[in-house]
Amino acid sequence: MGKYIVLRLLQTLFVLFGLSILIFFIARVVPGDPARVALGSLATKEQVQELREEMHLDKPLFVQYYFWFRSILRGDLGKSLYTRRPVTTDLKEFMPATLELMLFSFFMSLIIGQVMGVLAGYFGNSWFDNLFRVLSYIGIATPAFAMAIFSLLIFSYVLNFAPAVGRLSLGVRSPHQITGFFILDSLITGQFSIAWKALRHVLLPAASLAVANIAQEGRITRSSIVENLQKDYITAHIVYGIPTRSIIFKYLLKPSLIPTVSIMGLDFACLIANAFLVEVVFMWPGFSRYGVTAMLNKDLNAIVAVVLVIGVAYSVVNVIVDIVVSFLDPRIRLQKGGG
Amino acid sequence: MSKKEVLIAALSRGRYSFSKGWYKFSRNPLSVLGLIIIFLVILAAVLAPYITPYPEQAGPFTNFREASLPPSLTHLSGTDSMGRDIFTRVIFGYRFSLMLAVVVLGLSIPPGVILGLIAGYYQRTWIEIAIMRVTDVFLSVPPLVLALAITVMLSPNLFNQMIAISFMWWTWYCRLVYTMTTSLCQEDFVHEAELTGAGKAHILLREILPNCIAPILTKMTLDMGLVIIVGASLSFIGLGVQPPKPGLGTMVADGAKRLPAEWWTAIFPALAIVIIILAFNLAGDGLRDMFAVEEV
Repeated sequence: MGKYIVLRLLQTLFVLFGLSILIFFIARVVPGDPARVALGSLATKEQVQELREEMHLDKPLFVQYYFWFRSILRGDLGKSLYTRRPVTTDLKEFMPATLELMLFSFFMSLIIGQVMGVLAGYFGNSWFDNLFRVLSYIGIATPAFAMAIFSLLIFSYVLNFAPAVGRLSLGVRSPHQITGFFILDSLITGQFSIAWKALRHVLLPAASLAVANIAQEGRITRSSIVENLQKDYITAHIVYGIPTRSIIFKYLLKPSLIPTVSIMGLDFACLIANAFLVEVVFMWPGFSRYGVTAMLNKDLNAIVAVVLVIGVAYSVVNVIVDIVVSFLDPRIRLQKGGG
Repeated sequence: MSKKEVLIAALSRGRYSFSKGWYKFSRNPLSVLGLIIIFLVILAAVLAPYITPYPEQAGPFTNFREASLPPSLTHLSGTDSMGRDIFTRVIFGYRFSLMLAVVVLGLSIPPGVILGLIAGYYQRTWIEIAIMRVTDVFLSVPPLVLALAITVMLSPNLFNQMIAISFMWWTWYCRLVYTMTTSLCQEDFVHEAELTGAGKAHILLREILPNCIAPILTKMTLDMGLVIIVGASLSFIGLGVQPPKPGLGTMVADGAKRLPAEWWTAIFPALAIVIIILAFNLAGDGLRDMFAVEEV
C-alpha cells in the first residue's frame, strides 16, 4: 500500500513538471513576443526591450524556463495585466466563490446521482428506470452553458424561484470574510438572512453545474447495481433469507459504488471546466470567470496561473481518488504492484 | 465481462459480419433514432443553401424592420436582433460544428492510434515511458481549459479552434489503443506472427490494429458529440466562430444577453446543440453494445 502511494505521488510530480513545460511552451513560445503582448502596441521599442531583459527573454529558451519555473516555485506568478495586481492576490480573492459553487454542486450531484442510480438499478426496467435513463441521456448531452441558460430562463425568469445573477443581490453587504464562503461566513457571524440569500443565489448555478455529473454518476451506479444484482452471492443472500434492506446496504452498495468513486476525478474535471461556462452565464465572481476575463484580454500571467492551478488541483484530486479506490478495492492494489 | 473475456468473445466471433452487427444495432430503437437524426442533420447542413428559407441571412445581413420577431410561421424560430432568421442560421451553424468535429477527429485519431500501438507494443522500454508520460501531461488539465488557453494564444477563430482541440485530443486515442495493445500483445496470434518473422509494421497494423477498430469507432462516434460540446463552449465564451458567422455557441452567447425577453434567440440554437450531441451519444451507445466493448 505505502509503495503504491509513493509511486503514484512520484508520477504526479513528474506530470506536474511536464505540465509546467507545456504551459511555458504555450505561453512563451506560441504568442510571438510576450513582452510586446504584455505592453500592448502603444509601447516604444525601448520599453519592450527593457521588459524583454527583465523577463529574461533575450536568453536561450531553457534559461528562460529556469527563471520562470524558479519564480513559480516561490509562489510568484507575476502581475495581471488587466487587474494590475499580483496574480496570486487575484486568485485568493476569486477562489472561495468558485470553491463554494463547486462544493455545493459536488454534494448535490453525489447525493442525487447516487440515490437515483441505486433506485433505477434496483428497480430495473420500471417506469422510474426508463424515465431516469431518458433524463440522464439529455443531461449528458446538454452542454453546461445551455443548461445554465435553460435553468436561468425557467427557474429565474419564468417561475421567479431563485435570483438570476451574482453571489448576493446588489445592496446586500457581503458577510465579514472568514472562510470566503458566503453561506458559512454569514452562519458563523449569525446573519441568517444573508445566509438564506446566499443559498438562494448559489442554488441555480450549482444545479446547472451538477446536472451532467448527476447523469453520469447515476448511470454508472445504475449499471453496476444491475450487474452486481445478477451475481451469485446476491442470489445466495436472497436464498438464505437475508432481509432485502441489509442486502442492499451491506452487500450491494459497496462494490457497486467503486466505479462511481473511481470516476470522481473525471467529475472534478467536468466541474472545473464547466464552471468556466456557468460562472459566465450567472456572472458568478469566481476563479473561472476571472480565467475567462484573462483569456479574452490575453492576460498572459493570469492565464498561465489559472491553467497551472487547475492542473495541480486536478492532479491532486486524481491521486486522492486513486488512493481511496485502492482502499475500497484491494484488487487494484495488487494489480498495480503495491504491497 | 472482464477485458479478457471480451477479447476472447471478439476473437472467437471471427470477422465481424455487417448484417449481424446491424441486426444487433437495430434492436435498440434509441440508437437507430440517433443515427437517423445524425443523417438528417448532415443532410440539412450540406444542403443548407437550398433548403433553408433565408440562406442570404446566414452571414452579415441586417433588416431592422424584422428584428427580434418571436417565432411565427414565416420565421419558425424567430429572428435575432439584426433581423436574421434563427432557423436558417442554426442549420448553417451545424456546418461549423460538424466540420470542427470531423477535422479534429481526422487530425487527432491517426497520430493517437499509431503512438498508442507503438507504446503498447514496446512495453517496459523508454519508448513506452516517453509516449505515455507525455499523454499523462496532456490529460492533467481538463480538455476545455487547455483548448481555451491554446486558442487564446493562437488568436480565436474556427481554424485555430480546430488546431487547439486536435493538439490534445490525440491523447485519448493513444491511451485507449495503448491499453488494448498491451493485452493483445499477450495473445498467441501476435506471438505466432513474431515467430514467423513478420515485420513490426505488419504486426502492429495488420495483426493488432484490426482488433482495436471496434472501440476506436465507438469512441469516435461518442467523441463527435464531445468535440461539438467543446467547440460550442469555446464559441460561447467568444473564442471560436466569430460573428457574423453563425456558430451555434456564438448564437447562444448572443441570445443570452437578451434573456428573458427574446428567449428564442438563445433557446433554439441551444436546443440544436443538444439534439446533435444527443444523437451522437445514442448512436455511440448503440455501437458500444453492438461491439460489446467496455473500454470506451
